[in-house]
Amino acid sequence: MTAEPSTAQHLFDGVPFEPGAAKNDPILVADGVRRAFGGLVAVDVDHLEVQRGAITALIGPNGAGKTTFFNLLTNFDEPDTGSRLFEGNDLAGVSAYKVANLGMVRTFQLTKSLSKMTVIDNMCLGGTGQTGESFFKALFPFLWRRQEAEITERADALLERFKLSHMRDEFAGTLSGGQRKLLEMARALMVKPNMVMLDEPMAGVNPALKQSLLDHVKGLRDEGMTVLFVEHDMDMVQEISDWVVVMAEGRIIAEGPPESIASNQAVIDAYLGAHHDSALDLEAD
Amino acid sequence: MDWGAIIQNSFRGFIGEPFIYFSLAAMGLNMHYGYTGLLNFGQAVFMAAGAYGLSMAVVTLGLNFWWGLLLGIVVFPLLLALIMGVPTLRLRADYLAIVTIAASEMFRIIARSPSLDRWTGSSDGLTAFANTFYDFNPFDKQKRYFFGLFIGNQMWVVLIGWIVLSIVVLIVWMTMRSPWGRVLRAIREDEDAARSLGKNAYWFKMQSLMIGGMFGALGGMFRAIGTQSAQPQNFITDVTFFAWVALILGGAAKVGGPIAGAAILYGILNFTDVFLRQLVENGYVPESVMDGTQVGQVRFMLIGLGLILLAIYRPQGIFGTKEEMALDDR
Amino acid sequence: MGGVQLVATFARARRGVLAVVVAFLVLLGLGSNGPVSAQEEGGEVKGSLVQKNEEGERVGVPSVTFRAFDESGAEVASTTTGEDGAWSMVVPEGTYDILLDVETLPDGVALRNPDKNPAQVTLIDGSSKSTLFPLGEPEESSAGGNTVIQLIVDGLKLGLIIAMCAIGLSLIYGTTGLTNFAHGEAVTFGAVMAYLLNNAGVFGVQLPLIPATIIVVVICGGVGGLFNRTVWRPMRRRGASLVAALVVSIGFSIFFRYVILFTFGGRAKRLRDYQIQEQWDLGLFRLAPKDLVLMIISIAVLVGVASALQLTRMGKAMRAVSDNRDLAESTGIDVERVISLVWIFGSALAGLGGVLFGLTESINWEMGFRILLLMFAGVTLGGLGTAYGALFGSIIVGLFIQLSTLIIPTDMKNVGALLMLIVILLIRPQGLFGRRERIG
Repeated sequence: MTAEPSTAQHLFDGVPFEPGAAKNDPILVADGVRRAFGGLVAVDVDHLEVQRGAITALIGPNGAGKTTFFNLLTNFDEPDTGSRLFEGNDLAGVSAYKVANLGMVRTFQLTKSLSKMTVIDNMCLGGTGQTGESFFKALFPFLWRRQEAEITERADALLERFKLSHMRDEFAGTLSGGQRKLLEMARALMVKPNMVMLDEPMAGVNPALKQSLLDHVKGLRDEGMTVLFVEHDMDMVQEISDWVVVMAEGRIIAEGPPESIASNQAVIDAYLGAHHDSALDLEAD
Repeated sequence: MDWGAIIQNSFRGFIGEPFIYFSLAAMGLNMHYGYTGLLNFGQAVFMAAGAYGLSMAVVTLGLNFWWGLLLGIVVFPLLLALIMGVPTLRLRADYLAIVTIAASEMFRIIARSPSLDRWTGSSDGLTAFANTFYDFNPFDKQKRYFFGLFIGNQMWVVLIGWIVLSIVVLIVWMTMRSPWGRVLRAIREDEDAARSLGKNAYWFKMQSLMIGGMFGALGGMFRAIGTQSAQPQNFITDVTFFAWVALILGGAAKVGGPIAGAAILYGILNFTDVFLRQLVENGYVPESVMDGTQVGQVRFMLIGLGLILLAIYRPQGIFGTKEEMALDDR
Repeated sequence: MGGVQLVATFARARRGVLAVVVAFLVLLGLGSNGPVSAQEEGGEVKGSLVQKNEEGERVGVPSVTFRAFDESGAEVASTTTGEDGAWSMVVPEGTYDILLDVETLPDGVALRNPDKNPAQVTLIDGSSKSTLFPLGEPEESSAGGNTVIQLIVDGLKLGLIIAMCAIGLSLIYGTTGLTNFAHGEAVTFGAVMAYLLNNAGVFGVQLPLIPATIIVVVICGGVGGLFNRTVWRPMRRRGASLVAALVVSIGFSIFFRYVILFTFGGRAKRLRDYQIQEQWDLGLFRLAPKDLVLMIISIAVLVGVASALQLTRMGKAMRAVSDNRDLAESTGIDVERVISLVWIFGSALAGLGGVLFGLTESINWEMGFRILLLMFAGVTLGGLGTAYGALFGSIIVGLFIQLSTLIIPTDMKNVGALLMLIVILLIRPQGLFGRRERIG
């Protein structure tokens, strides 16, 4: 873990370390996003821009509204007010599935590997624009067989890269927790996204697999994808993120490169408020 | 006791008309529940849509038989799927369950209502609309066929039924091996996952509801053609659960599951039916315990009991495997 | 099972189907030439001639003659009704006029629609057709006073009964997540038990309705608790899925319904007590004393339930479990005990609702199932899983059903309520009082 990490921090040249800072080339912009459950305001974010081509971490103590905000950004939930722009497309009223087709794909905190389907079926499902997904065309295999072969080939290549080839024809339900995370990430890549949103990619992953997962996430950036992830594991945040966004009580309280965050007073206060006996250790679970 | 009649009737149940009606209905449910995870408790209404689509076209609207087929197999089931699906397919699974069962009740009330008699024939239903179908009958009406099980007209219904059933099986088998079927199975497993990968889960669920509904309508239409009558009591709410028992018995998410289930179910039902009737007729069971009309009620009890026992003890059905699909999945 | 094996299974299935089809085709050619049995030739026309006796019970009219005439006007068959009023004739395929011989009717009994005698029926081979000849005056009595207000009062009465039945449904859903389709049978069970105690009597003693009702409520509560203990708790323990539980509840619903049909019979029956009551004419509307008492009881019970939920420890616990089971458990609430009590009280209320419904209308084997659908409409309108939502939703459904008769025919009034259910889901699926998060 001490190896010199590759970074994309140069992309943030000239960006101030403050909440709501404007980025040099934002891919995703959220403005005035607010979501309340009953009387409880879960998310109230004035402004957030996510830099293209970098790995951004979204952290914060429990109940900070990270996952809710994440759901709002991926359109799995609708905000009460506010706008979200992805690549210049307004996401208001756009169905969640269309967001994926725009090039933003997400994973879930509790992995959603489709356990009664085989690993390869899980992968092929991710292929977009499939001819065989029309009922009538499905009845004529010659219309989609060639495309299916291409998709399967791509899926096999990804399985190889994520070291899941040996499980290819097993039901996804038989995979271990870490393997499911890998499968979910590989499956997301089948969509050929520009931006990958990972909801707690390290949760429940055994330590042996963590390093390989980290490498895969960095690999995504090196291929030109933008990554935003929610995480509790500070090792991971420190090691791979280029930029960190900290939330507390539904708001963004700090932004900056990982080194700047640990010493940020607002962040320390937020974590101290939540865990009064854990001082500067940011590893709040 | 006439054991010959008992065996003959049981065998007739195994392959005969009700087997065809309910195989088709259960094939539809398999599309809904087995492959997509939709809880449709109103398959009887889809069956009624087929029966009434044909009969109302011919009797009420005076159209010919072929327009009746179009109305019964395509138009009515699609409309029904839209009515039931649009409000519920965005919501949790039990809302579809409630709406479909409510639709069954609505059908019963509307179809029996005397105020709509000139459209639906109310309680008596509509009759004599399938003459065109029987005009093509190559079998001799006066003769018996297939081990003497079916007379000419019945043989014609059963033969066409088997053919249609084979086509439906082929369609299900083909589509379930295609990317389309893969999306349905993904939605069954986890709708959000499918959505996160860019699949329009709502529209796929709607397609599943429509196509499974059309299979059900085919089943209902055969039932109407077989008796040349479309009557409300043939499509009451409980009829849906004959198809459900057939599906769970055979094993959901298996292409042949519903067929095996329907065959076994109707073998058992016909056996108990004839067996009990014989017991009553021959005085083995005193009138005070059970009379002729009560025998018919026993089959409904068996259906209820079958659902309970299967759901608790054998959720994957007789031929299914737990790994692939069982009623017990979350 | 791997993909390769799966494909092999499909291939086997395909070969199997092929073999079966070939076998069928071969056998078809061997069609035997045996004669067609008489049993399947011709069609059956049948019916059941009934009238109401003094107790309002429907009884058969025996020894009335029916005749069937073919299109040429020749009589092809005739029959007379049996002790139970049932009659049936088997005639060849064709169209017939079925005539009830008015001469053979008992004195003082007349057809309701003399112009519909004879009735025309068309029969085909193997079919069976029921033909009804209703006797006596129409059952619907014209409402006095202002129709709208009368309908509001009737609607309120119906809504209160639905609400009483629906509270259990909603609380069971809230605490266990189970949509209990067998809840309707608890309603029927209550009504049938009341009939048993009040009309048939136990050990030769016909209990007056009030003590009978108390016994019924206790029995229903006990049965509900027992049901939870023996079926639902073990299923929860095993971690059975909600779909499996749903299907089991439907199985029980069908099973119980037909057991009740088997034992109670298919005819609607009325309770012995408080059956014939002069309606008070209150100017704006009419109301029978029993209906007023019924409404007072319902309101008292509902207010009692609401305040119990609001004020008592157990009531608060029930709402807490409904709201968030895990959170409630972590604060030290004995969730299983709460669920037990929800089943007991919910079933007891359903039983009481059944008795009251039987009192104002009549008792039949599928009344509970019909009410169940209205409960669903009410509960959905109010918001699934919320106790107060169920209450208000049900009352609105009751009002809606009665008022809809201003526009749609009375025999289709329930359609309006069920249609409303669909419309609510379309525009506000969380119901009037529910939260958006519950439905996703």
